[in-house]
Amino acid sequence: MSRKKLTRRQFVAATAMSSAALITAPYVRGAYAAGKLSIGFWDHWVPGANKASTDLVNEWAAKEKVEVTIDYIPSQGNKNLLTIAAEAQAKSGHDIFAMPTWWAHSNAEQLEDVSDIMKPIIAENGEVNGTAKYLGTSGTKWLGVPACVGSQIKGPCSRIDLMKKHAGIDVQEMYPAGSQPKADNWTLETFLKAAEACHKAGFPFGIGLGETTDNVDTAGAIFLSFGAQLVDAKGNLTVKTDAVRQALDFYKKLISFLPPDVAAWDDASNNKWLVSGRGAMIMNPPSAWAVAKRDAPQVAEQCWTHGFPAGPKGRFAPYLPYFWSIWNFSKNKEAAKNLLVHLSKPAAIEKMVVASGGYDLPAYEKLTTLKVWQEEGPPKGTLYHYPNPYKHQTLSIAASPAPPKIAQQIYAQATLTKMCLRYHQGEAMEKTLAWAEGECEGFMRS
Amino acid sequence: MADVALQPDRVGAAQPARKRSSLQKALKRKSTAAFLMTLPLIILIALLVLYPAFYSLHLATLNKSMQRFVGLGNFEFLFKRDTFWLVVKQSCIFAITAVFFKALIGFIVAHFVHNIPAKGQRKWRGMLLVPWVIPPAMSTLAWLWLFDPSYSAFNYTLSFFGIGPIPWTGDAAWARFSVILVNVWYGAPFFMIMYLASLKSVPDQLYEAAAIDGANWWQRIWYVTLPMMRNIIAITTLFSLIVTFANFDIVRILTAGGPLDHTHIFATWAFRIGIEGSDIPLGASVSLFMVPILAVAAIFILRDVNKRGNEA
Repeated sequence: MSRKKLTRRQFVAATAMSSAALITAPYVRGAYAAGKLSIGFWDHWVPGANKASTDLVNEWAAKEKVEVTIDYIPSQGNKNLLTIAAEAQAKSGHDIFAMPTWWAHSNAEQLEDVSDIMKPIIAENGEVNGTAKYLGTSGTKWLGVPACVGSQIKGPCSRIDLMKKHAGIDVQEMYPAGSQPKADNWTLETFLKAAEACHKAGFPFGIGLGETTDNVDTAGAIFLSFGAQLVDAKGNLTVKTDAVRQALDFYKKLISFLPPDVAAWDDASNNKWLVSGRGAMIMNPPSAWAVAKRDAPQVAEQCWTHGFPAGPKGRFAPYLPYFWSIWNFSKNKEAAKNLLVHLSKPAAIEKMVVASGGYDLPAYEKLTTLKVWQEEGPPKGTLYHYPNPYKHQTLSIAASPAPPKIAQQIYAQATLTKMCLRYHQGEAMEKTLAWAEGECEGFMRS
Repeated sequence: MADVALQPDRVGAAQPARKRSSLQKALKRKSTAAFLMTLPLIILIALLVLYPAFYSLHLATLNKSMQRFVGLGNFEFLFKRDTFWLVVKQSCIFAITAVFFKALIGFIVAHFVHNIPAKGQRKWRGMLLVPWVIPPAMSTLAWLWLFDPSYSAFNYTLSFFGIGPIPWTGDAAWARFSVILVNVWYGAPFFMIMYLASLKSVPDQLYEAAAIDGANWWQRIWYVTLPMMRNIIAITTLFSLIVTFANFDIVRILTAGGPLDHTHIFATWAFRIGIEGSDIPLGASVSLFMVPILAVAAIFILRDVNKRGNEA
């Protein structure tokens, strides 16, 4: 058997050629030349809404030649929160994750700064609302791109007929479809009188006082309407103030006009209350109305979503945004940023909002007057004022403007609704305030 | 039984040959085979139980942002919180009350089933085990609908008798009652089946002898049944105490700890703080606080098992 001898020169040449081929290979543009990207999106409750996101991502992936995998992770049972905690601990998982409200801040140290892409997005879509900035930025760093999917305002959803008949309030006239609100008289005082009238008529407002988000969000907006903050923006305790006392007094009166079991309400209770036809108003995004359209059409056609009543310090509405954040352990950050820019194009946002039946809300100033909110019904125009098109109310989140890591504790522990319940159940005002102050001191732990 | 004979005086001449033969001997030992067969399970437990346990110990020693070692600082902080002591008190009330009623109901029902003729007994046993075999998350959802604040089926039924409405989950006392009731409903069949097995192993001659001595039904239970069941009662009670202390799903689904934190137990409060409040070190500390309590229970179990082994 003959055997050709390999010279030293041939060996060096072959090695150099192989190395060059190996190094340059990734830059050869194949089917998935730009690598892989995995995304953890929030699993939308509206049937078919996930498809709009999937289509947009696939369209981008085909163009950019990126292999994309999407997981839709539900918020039921806090599965998304558990996944966030697990990925943060493991420093491994998806590249992009849909972070609800506080979770961008609570994982700030592990998230990629997306300020560079936020500048052109804001230039195109308009300024971002204050709450999205409060929850989505840390110093000059943007912790994620505000996602329209899952973002919502939890404003009043009133029964047109019941409010007119029992409280003498025409909510359609106050918030007419297609034009500016005429809601100067829509104050907390009017709201309380309406609550009393509807309670007397047997259709009390369905506002919960449990420990879940819907309950806390309403309390948060009402507290802010009185200027009541438990902890201020600088992190100082401001529990024992007149504003907080006024808010508690207001809630004490309001609770007496609510159903007797509100202390046990969760996020489904108010929806059921509206759909069953037992209440004249709830505070919710249009999900309850959407369920009513399917299960109780006669109730749905009497529903009107509108703005919050104004208090002495302004008109505040609860706003809960999602953010698409990129983990700093992502191996394809550039592709991730590129995708987020694609998903933040006005056409992409409109497609997602339409797929959600108008439920999803963009955080951008120029995108609050999309056609879908004008057309959704019955009754036509019921969602016109849902995205706050005339900015006549300040979008807010409960426990703000406290530093987000303290505010998250106040929010998660439902300190506001607990204070209202304690005071309503007969505890002395100062005792309730002392209890809340003690709780907030604990939340300041670093 | 010793499966290997110790021969300390024998010293081998050739070292490698001795090593090979001792390896062969080791492989032939029953204990080695048993160890190798249980090794997959040991590895699984190490991965899924020991690693997370030590990791949570590590987490409990970090500060809120998990960047600094604080030693026992999280526990010091917890000891100063009123809510923490409320949770400790509630966990004890929940576990002790639930286990007591599970044991009592299990004991009574086991006697009923034991006295059913053998022909129909299997059907009753199967039916009575249903609550225990349904995943508790599912059955608790059904209970949630029964207790629903606005549409409770119980309240609807009670209204026909002019009673109610009862705030099953809206009032602190009723909410505690509700979560304990569901736990008892779920756990009593386990006690029933354990006690039934134990009852069947009590020799009939003892009852016959007691009857000849003129013992009434209470004396038969007190002097024959209970002493014969002592070990199984102790073991099931302590085992259930551990499981009930660590319960999560029933409270989480029914009340989520409310109203005003009056139904929180260790696991639900740890979840609230650690996952919903993003303070994982403090959440880990809360859940670790169960360890000394459960360890005491575990010592009792093991002691009882040993005693039982020695008696046998």
